[in-house]
Amino acid sequence: MEEMHVLLRNRGKIIPTDAKSYMSVGGYVALKKALSMEGADIIQVLKDAGLRGRGGAGFPTYLKLQFAYNTESDEKYIVCNADEGEPGTNKDRVLLSEDPNSIFEGMAIAAKAIGAHKGFIYLRSEYPYIRPILIEALESARQAGCLGKNILGSGYDFDIELHSGAGAYVCGEETALFESIEGNRGEPRYRPPYPGTKGLFGKPTALNNVETLANIPPILLNGAEWYRSIGSPNSPGTKLFTVCGNVNKRGVFEFPMGVNLKDILYDVCGGVADGELLAVQTGGSSGAIINPDQIDLPLDIDHVSASGGRLGCGTILVINDKNCVVDIVKNNLDFFRSESCGQCTTCREGGTRLYELICHISSGKGTLKDIETIKDLANTMRVSALCGLGHSTAVPVLSSLQNFEEVYNRHLDGNDCSICGHDRGY
Amino acid sequence: MVENRYELTTPAAQLVEVARIAAPYKNKPEMLMNVVIQVQKVVPALSEAVAAVIAREMGISQTHVSGFITFYAMLSVKPHGKYIVRMCKSAPCHVRGAQEIVLALEDQLNIKMGETTEDGRFTLEYCPCLGICDVSPAIMINDKTYGDLTPDSVREIIKRYIREDV
Repeated sequence: MEEMHVLLRNRGKIIPTDAKSYMSVGGYVALKKALSMEGADIIQVLKDAGLRGRGGAGFPTYLKLQFAYNTESDEKYIVCNADEGEPGTNKDRVLLSEDPNSIFEGMAIAAKAIGAHKGFIYLRSEYPYIRPILIEALESARQAGCLGKNILGSGYDFDIELHSGAGAYVCGEETALFESIEGNRGEPRYRPPYPGTKGLFGKPTALNNVETLANIPPILLNGAEWYRSIGSPNSPGTKLFTVCGNVNKRGVFEFPMGVNLKDILYDVCGGVADGELLAVQTGGSSGAIINPDQIDLPLDIDHVSASGGRLGCGTILVINDKNCVVDIVKNNLDFFRSESCGQCTTCREGGTRLYELICHISSGKGTLKDIETIKDLANTMRVSALCGLGHSTAVPVLSSLQNFEEVYNRHLDGNDCSICGHDRGY
Repeated sequence: MVENRYELTTPAAQLVEVARIAAPYKNKPEMLMNVVIQVQKVVPALSEAVAAVIAREMGISQTHVSGFITFYAMLSVKPHGKYIVRMCKSAPCHVRGAQEIVLALEDQLNIKMGETTEDGRFTLEYCPCLGICDVSPAIMINDKTYGDLTPDSVREIIKRYIREDV
């Protein structure tokens, strides 16, 4: 099965830090086009194309821009969310390091659409080696006249500031990210007001994921109709998938939305490594864990949601039979309880209690009552947590309870589990 | 307590350096992250004394600075070793034998995760996904990443750091 490279078209073919190199393969032509368009028309193209956010939630991109466009303000901002923290996700790292100018171009087009003159990139601190690449690429783009004053001779000003995180998963949530840029603890805000009316520094802001922004130049250049010819009706375009875990070929691959999970696993990635397939988790630690009978699944935003999980950022974690699903859930919950910002009680306490309950079951001492408590707690978190982190903590737990009931029963019966048995020390 | 011991021995010269870094950003609280990241390069830990200097120079409360520092995992109030070995704790590394790498690291450096060697050279820490899952299990030592680790290969890597051959 052949990959389709729209976003990865320049991977390994250009000098990433050199704007001229990017321009030699058609870079910044879409921006040139956008600079001569009205903001509303740019937003209309993105609406017609049906572009949806690639960071996890799948929210229509044009709407985010529309909200900021509609709000009157002396200043507006474009923010690029490069806080790629979802475990198992590497796609933004690849885009940022291989083709940073495509992201700057997407940001500049979005800026022109809403009337913003300043952009921010928020880079996670676990990617320190990408920082110099971005600094050099930004400077090169300024030298080439693609950023800064009077970009491409259009009379329009737009520049980008680079900001670093310092190790906090929750800062991938948009309002927590704003707080972090403003010099505060990365605690999510209550919404409304939404970022389109009151975002970064209280100004109308459109925040998008790295991959979403990289989609904008090709759409402007080739048109909405072309974009809609790729992928599925509810999720047009291509998607970057990070395949990881116990699989023969790992890495970041680009396919049209709607590609079948089974085909990626077996045709593209050469099947399960070092054992038989036990489970697959799509969408990172906040995604559903499905069993081998469920992997015949078209990967687009709505299909995966309908199956109880989420496509999220396109992560596919393959788990072989040398693992135990309860142990994987324990690992997921350990992650969420450490990363909860602690602001809302539901997530701070709920995440820790879920972890304790799963540990109890994992150790062979669990009861049916624990399962009931888990379900109750998980639902409470899903409906009442302040942000996406608390909402999704429950997803791996509830999905695994549904898809691996017999595994849980085995642990409840106190049968020896060789994996949970010798606690892996976490 | 380690923090207290550190406070008592904070060289004044370092606090002067901290003040020099923070002073240009008076009344610019949005520069706090930049300041703290720069400061962390010149002090062994972001202690209370350091937070007090940053707060004074930037014109923000010390509570704000300390609240900020303690929120982010990569900002530390405890002294770290020269080399911070960060072991990925997330599922993609977990399913590919991360625990064996942890045991090899703990054994070789003779400390547990979260501890620093007595000579102050190595700190072992867990961290969430490093984003290099195509080569899991993986670690990051300061700003450098190493992947596809086995207990033997990780021992070799640490040996090179012990010899300062990096």
